[in-house]
Amino acid sequence: MASMTMIEAIREAHDVAMAADDRVVVFGEDVGFFGGVFRCTAGLQQKYGKSRCFDAPINESGIVGTAIGMAAYGLKPVIEIQFADYVYPAYDQIVSEAARLRHRSNADFTCPLVIRMPTGGGIFGGQTHSQSPEALFTHVSGLKVVVPSNPYDAKGLLLAAIEDPDPVIFLEPKRLYNGPFDGYHDRPVTSWKNHPKGEVPEGAEIVPLGKASITREGADVTVLAYGTMVYVAEAAAEASGIDAEVIDLRTLLPLDLETIQASVEKTGRCVIVHEATRTSGFGAELMSLVQESCFYHLEAPIIRVTGWDTPYPHAQEWEYFPGPARVGEALKKVMEG
Amino acid sequence: MSDDFPPLSLNVPEPGCRPGSTPDFSDFEIPRAGAVKRPPTDVDPDAIRDMAFSIVRVLNKDGEAVGDWAGALSPEELREGLRHMLTLRAFDARMLNAQRQGKTSFYMQHLGEEAVSCAFSRALRPGDMNFPTYRQAGLLIAGGYPMLTMMNQIYSNADDPLHGRQLPIMYSSKEHGFFSISGNLGTQFVQSVGWAMASAISGDTKIATGWIGDGSTAESDFHSAMVFASTYDAPVVLNIVNNQWAISTFQGIARGGVGTFAARGHGFGIASIRVDGNDYLAVHAVAKWACERARQGHGPTLIEHVTYRAGGHSTSDDPSAYRSKREAAAWPLGDPIERLKKHLITIGEWSEDRHKQAEAEILDGVIATQKQAEAVGTLGGGKAPSPRDMFEGVYETMPPHLIRQRQEAGY
Ligand SMILES: Cc1ncc(C[n+]2csc(CCOP(=O)(O)OP(=O)(O)O)c2C)c(N)n1
Ligand SMILES: [Mg+2]
Repeated sequence: MASMTMIEAIREAHDVAMAADDRVVVFGEDVGFFGGVFRCTAGLQQKYGKSRCFDAPINESGIVGTAIGMAAYGLKPVIEIQFADYVYPAYDQIVSEAARLRHRSNADFTCPLVIRMPTGGGIFGGQTHSQSPEALFTHVSGLKVVVPSNPYDAKGLLLAAIEDPDPVIFLEPKRLYNGPFDGYHDRPVTSWKNHPKGEVPEGAEIVPLGKASITREGADVTVLAYGTMVYVAEAAAEASGIDAEVIDLRTLLPLDLETIQASVEKTGRCVIVHEATRTSGFGAELMSLVQESCFYHLEAPIIRVTGWDTPYPHAQEWEYFPGPARVGEALKKVMEG
Repeated sequence: MSDDFPPLSLNVPEPGCRPGSTPDFSDFEIPRAGAVKRPPTDVDPDAIRDMAFSIVRVLNKDGEAVGDWAGALSPEELREGLRHMLTLRAFDARMLNAQRQGKTSFYMQHLGEEAVSCAFSRALRPGDMNFPTYRQAGLLIAGGYPMLTMMNQIYSNADDPLHGRQLPIMYSSKEHGFFSISGNLGTQFVQSVGWAMASAISGDTKIATGWIGDGSTAESDFHSAMVFASTYDAPVVLNIVNNQWAISTFQGIARGGVGTFAARGHGFGIASIRVDGNDYLAVHAVAKWACERARQGHGPTLIEHVTYRAGGHSTSDDPSAYRSKREAAAWPLGDPIERLKKHLITIGEWSEDRHKQAEAEILDGVIATQKQAEAVGTLGGGKAPSPRDMFEGVYETMPPHLIRQRQEAGY
């Protein structure tokens, strides 16, 4: 075990995968010599050479399109989109091509591809460095969607995603890269040092896709969260004194409904938290699933706490970001309901 | 099947110089100032193909303006141009420092590239529309946009015309012909062509300009812009600012095997010109030529401004990790402010003393404006836009779900 930031854990997952398998190739904007604007691929070009880790032209559609071609050939591309906010030019390649290649060719061609991108807000990045587009991918048949919330999971899930035979969208909450974040923006920043989830095992240990993790046990209400919101949920539970059970979904698709169901059946209450805009967000899907599978156990209406349905603002970041105060309100309300 | 062929290998272009090695621009061909002839504005693009491989330059080593692109600006206009560049540089320095002091979240400077937007601005007329990137604030400075408003935007304070919604420097001013900057690369290059087509559809006399960085020419939207501009002969001037770098990625990654970015225009039959982007007179002369060509109905021009990003990409960037610290000083086209200053002194229209005095005056003015902006507020201090503002303007009329959310938020 070694103490690592999320950036270092992601870098190490690449390193382990590239050492084990020549077919793993890594590219994206500024990913080669410099090692990425967040440094997640630093040192890989120097270690594995320019044909296995290289800079791409600024063309997201081209990055994904060429990666699909490489995957179809038999390589295992792990590509970086510099910010999730810049993935839209590649959306056609992801939705119409990567997601459907297996199905439409009856597995004549497949697409084992990992598309990594920093996601989420909390860094004063304004509307082009803060978005959470996960629902645009969970809505597409053929894609898997992963959102790690700590260094341990980031490494294990990334290794699992690289092993996976199908395209995986890997969303990295950038506010967590250097330390956990509970939404109290005016308190000193914390680091991954001394955090239990900052301890990352060496080697190729994976964290399986499709398995949620209960990060805080509780009896009264289930909070479904992922990414940065896991820490916000924990902080809100702590501050409100409500005995909340916090589930870190880790993988949105395939979803670990079993864990969710068992928890909601136990607590009878559910709050769903995400940073993304509310309407047609992933929370809507979670709400439907909980309603479908746990209706007779529910003692109160399910509540969503989300980003507002506006573009992500710059100056009003902390009014937009669903912080512990808003989540705490929801916890209280669901307990009264 | 016998293997008659050797194994293939991937070509990944590399810059000439990385940290620790010596910058070497000896392969970079720089024609003499005045060497490239000025064609008529209705020239057939095919007849000037060589201009995409040369560089229009006006100022020579001795600071003289030479050749048939020279002579378009009076000494008074040149002094004003120098002032614009000095203002942009002082503004950048102050805002960069304000970001370091935590007064805003982010900043991007123009160091070394001031001539491009400042000189281009002169060739435009009121009503024309620029579709700039984040590195053309000279269009605003030289275009008379209030610096106080720029600072208010950067500080996201209560007087920010964009109500704190946008990242610092993503200005917008229809009145000053400055289209709202989005931050997504390349998207607006093609929109400039649409704006120009609209002018043609409407029988108007306005033109548009599109702006894009060397790295961003790789985006599909660049090629979309070129095909629409070419097909409809749109009255648009398409500008590539080749400052050699796209964050840590050198221009060869976007350019590939073709010799120059300007040469991209040839496949579309677009008149394509390279210009010395650090030569105020050359940028202005080429801009004027291209704007006239567009306004006369002869169609689009692609201009590659050859320059150098002497500073970091943004306040989030430290270039010493990927390029030699000595590269900026080795850049063979020099500094745009130094070159224009030298020219004005050479023709007896300026002096070291006047320059020093102008620099000091400009700095005082920028500092005074900064104080005014800071008296309103900075990011996280003073008077801020209301959280209500983030719900406003998503739609013309706020739909019921957003009204509910705004109330839920308590505003
Ligand atoms: C669609 C998109 N992809 C990636 C980015 C991230 N990004 C911001 S600036 C930049 C480099 C742009 O370089 P260039 O076009 O040469 O312009 P310069 O910054 O040198 O002026 C990148 C990759 C972005 N803003 N938008
Ligand atoms: Mg550039």
